[in-house]
Amino acid sequence: MIQAFAFYLFASFVVASGAITILARNPVHSVLWLILAFFNGAGLMVLVGAEFIAMLLVIVYVGAVAVLFLFVVMMLDIDFSEMRAGFIKNAPLGVMIALVLLVELVMGVGAWRTGALQLGVANGASATPEGLSNTAAIGALLYTRYLFLFEAAGIILLVAMIGAIVLTHRQRSDTRGQNVGRQIARRPDEATVNVKPAVGQGVTL
Amino acid sequence: MIPFFEARGLSYGAAWGLSTVLEILLIALPVMLAVALVIYADRKIWASMALRRGPNVVGPFGILQSFADGLKVFLQETIIPSAANKGLFLLAPIITFTVALMAWAVIPFNSGAVLADINVGLLYVLAISSLGVYGVVIAGWSSNSKYPFFSAMRASAQMISYEVSIGFILICVVLWAGSFNLNDIVKAQKDHVWIINGFVANPLLFPVWVMFLISGMAETARAPFDLTEAESELVAGYQTEYSSMAFALYWLGEYANVLLMCTLNATLFWGGYLPPLDIPVLYLVPGLVWLIIKICGFFFIFSWVKATVPRYRYDQLMRLGWKIFLPLSLFFVFAISGYLMATGHFA
Repeated sequence: MIQAFAFYLFASFVVASGAITILARNPVHSVLWLILAFFNGAGLMVLVGAEFIAMLLVIVYVGAVAVLFLFVVMMLDIDFSEMRAGFIKNAPLGVMIALVLLVELVMGVGAWRTGALQLGVANGASATPEGLSNTAAIGALLYTRYLFLFEAAGIILLVAMIGAIVLTHRQRSDTRGQNVGRQIARRPDEATVNVKPAVGQGVTL
Repeated sequence: MIPFFEARGLSYGAAWGLSTVLEILLIALPVMLAVALVIYADRKIWASMALRRGPNVVGPFGILQSFADGLKVFLQETIIPSAANKGLFLLAPIITFTVALMAWAVIPFNSGAVLADINVGLLYVLAISSLGVYGVVIAGWSSNSKYPFFSAMRASAQMISYEVSIGFILICVVLWAGSFNLNDIVKAQKDHVWIINGFVANPLLFPVWVMFLISGMAETARAPFDLTEAESELVAGYQTEYSSMAFALYWLGEYANVLLMCTLNATLFWGGYLPPLDIPVLYLVPGLVWLIIKICGFFFIFSWVKATVPRYRYDQLMRLGWKIFLPLSLFFVFAISGYLMATGHFA
């Protein structure tokens, strides 16, 4: 009973906050609603017994990606009238992407329902082997059967990261960098001079 | 507690619900009480290091000072700036406070004495602690004021930077313990080196613990890393526009987070509820007492650092996080997994 209650709670929150994400007028509110959607998505993952994925969803998406997203959106000065104009222009493209995603979703679920995909059992029970926590199960699969795909994904991400850094990095010659090692190594006797002028000397009046 | 209520004629569902609520209260209320006492202890330690007396008027030795302060802020008026985003402005302190209490659900207080004995306990702690930044960022943005906004920017960059190295540090612990479950991690520390309970005695894990302690201070935005509320530059940072209970919620949440960091230090590296040495006599003292002693010790270190170390500059903070801790923690992940592979730990 409590599982069903939790499922409908999380599911309705995901759908509602997803809808408000695109309907909200303020972009910062949109990001916050998106975060709520991620969070409830993680709740759904816990319910189907995929607690490892749920925690990763919260750590990676809520804890890091969305924070950076919020960081950028908060600093933007967004012109709403311009955005409205862009909405009409880009609407056909958006509808097309949405349709493609919908078709993919329907096909994926259909294939799984008919048993063409060996993901798990069609009644929704988790596919984790008995007596193995799903962290261990994912680890065992990821580092044996899918090792090369996993490594390839890692390399693609690394290349993307280096690319982003190379594209945005500019060498600035007008900034004065600080050498922390030199600052720490500095001692009072090499930085200060104690002059002991005689009384009446060293001052021009 | 479930069998206790079932024996009194409740159905399993009702017994489960009632005992969960009671257990949550059993953890949350002592934590709040501990926070009040720890604020007093912090002020007292800080004062004595500055050769002052500290709070000494309310109650014996001033021990009731925090409660007097709490009553004071409770009776104050909540001021909401007219330009603030009202809903988010009020939501932000609630997020900070709630998140600070949530992580305690997976902390083992004694062998088996844990509210949620889940097998991704450590990931849960990491997930919850990464939520803490939202309280600060939302406060900074919704206040619609310069200084809180600067503080929010600083907080988001700071917490993300240190979370990366904390993640690698925790992986070292998980590799050695072979589990994400905090109870299992504590059990894995029994007799770790000769008769010493705790990963900290391990020469490979000791430097990792030092990094964890420092990263923990940065993660909880505690001095010397309290750049988010640097009073010399940002008034009070993200708390600038807050007053009365909303301000108090930040205060409580912040100290609850510091206590949690101390508890994690104790649980992950110092043997948690186990006595420091594996001698049968020491097991006569309850595990909770050992855990509290360790937490108090770590809290003293946190206060000590706050009283003695000057605040970092922002570029120094970023340098420490990205250029020192990140490569070092990555190196230790390699070193420890290499050592464990070579010695056949996983076999």
